[in-house]
Amino acid sequence: MNITGEDLILACSAIGAGLAVIAGIGPGIGQGIAAGHAAAAVGRNPGAQGQIMSTMLLGQAVAETTGLYGLLVAMLLLFVKPLVG
Amino acid sequence: MSHGLLVSADNIDFMIHGLFSYELFGQTVWITTSHVCILIVMLSLILFAIAANRKLAHATDVPDNFQNVIELMVEFLDSIVKGAMGGSAKRFSNYISTIFLFIFFSNISGLFGLRPPTADYGTTFALGVITFCLIHFNQFKYQSLKEIWVDMCSPLPPWLPIWFPINLISEIAVPISLSLRLFANVLSGTVMMALVYGLLSAIAYVWPSVLHIYFDLFSGGIQTYVFTMLTMTYIKNVIGDRDEVPAEAK
Repeated sequence: MNITGEDLILACSAIGAGLAVIAGIGPGIGQGIAAGHAAAAVGRNPGAQGQIMSTMLLGQAVAETTGLYGLLVAMLLLFVKPLVG
Repeated sequence: MSHGLLVSADNIDFMIHGLFSYELFGQTVWITTSHVCILIVMLSLILFAIAANRKLAHATDVPDNFQNVIELMVEFLDSIVKGAMGGSAKRFSNYISTIFLFIFFSNISGLFGLRPPTADYGTTFALGVITFCLIHFNQFKYQSLKEIWVDMCSPLPPWLPIWFPINLISEIAVPISLSLRLFANVLSGTVMMALVYGLLSAIAYVWPSVLHIYFDLFSGGIQTYVFTMLTMTYIKNVIGDRDEVPAEAK
């Protein structure tokens, strides 16, 4: 079987894309912590539920960004193929 | 990919397509599907606005259905702007409500068979740049140059501007991270739906609607809220308490 340089780059891009989405671990843990603390806060002070919800969503969205960067790198590697000349 | 349910791997399609091209200053510029989808979203919003305007011109004390919907929307948008911006809510509620409606209808336009315009980095980057300009216009309006300099040199004292370049980078990162967040969220939903319809097209009946609810309605709504909320928070940060009406003027 002949493997050309382009095939090798495509295969390595696929592996790289898989590695890039490992970045999703961090936001997963972070958003879980945020949601857990928000649940505890609602338990302590049910009256402030609306404000806690919006603060939690905002913080989670900011924490999510790093994971999305990993997703973007994976997408670029898979579909835009910047390394194939 | 030649067996079972994965036969139709060729018809995965979530890319932006060029519709026609023209020359401008020696560059080839394309009119793409994003432009068409933006136009459709804008036209429907404009038509809705005209209809709402007509309706409110003959507003009644006891509102009927359509007037109820309009009042609900306006009250909701006004209340989130009021909650986030306090004293300057009046000046910004027009703009914030506009981008809220635009981003929301763009995000859920996947439900109507369009490719969401916000899944194109050009659209979201434009929105991010508008936010960036608003932040710095208001910073120069409400703060003196000395305050801005001290702020840019913090946490070190202002005569030692070692942190200035780092703070400069963090200012420039604001529109990029804002727009990338919205773009990547909507794009991931679009890609997931394209994969579901492309790879599982043999059995993709009815149940993808659950995924539509999550990716289009829930995720789109949350991201709209986050984008407008962050825009308001950044602007409020540079304004601070300077827009509050002084006690003696009340």
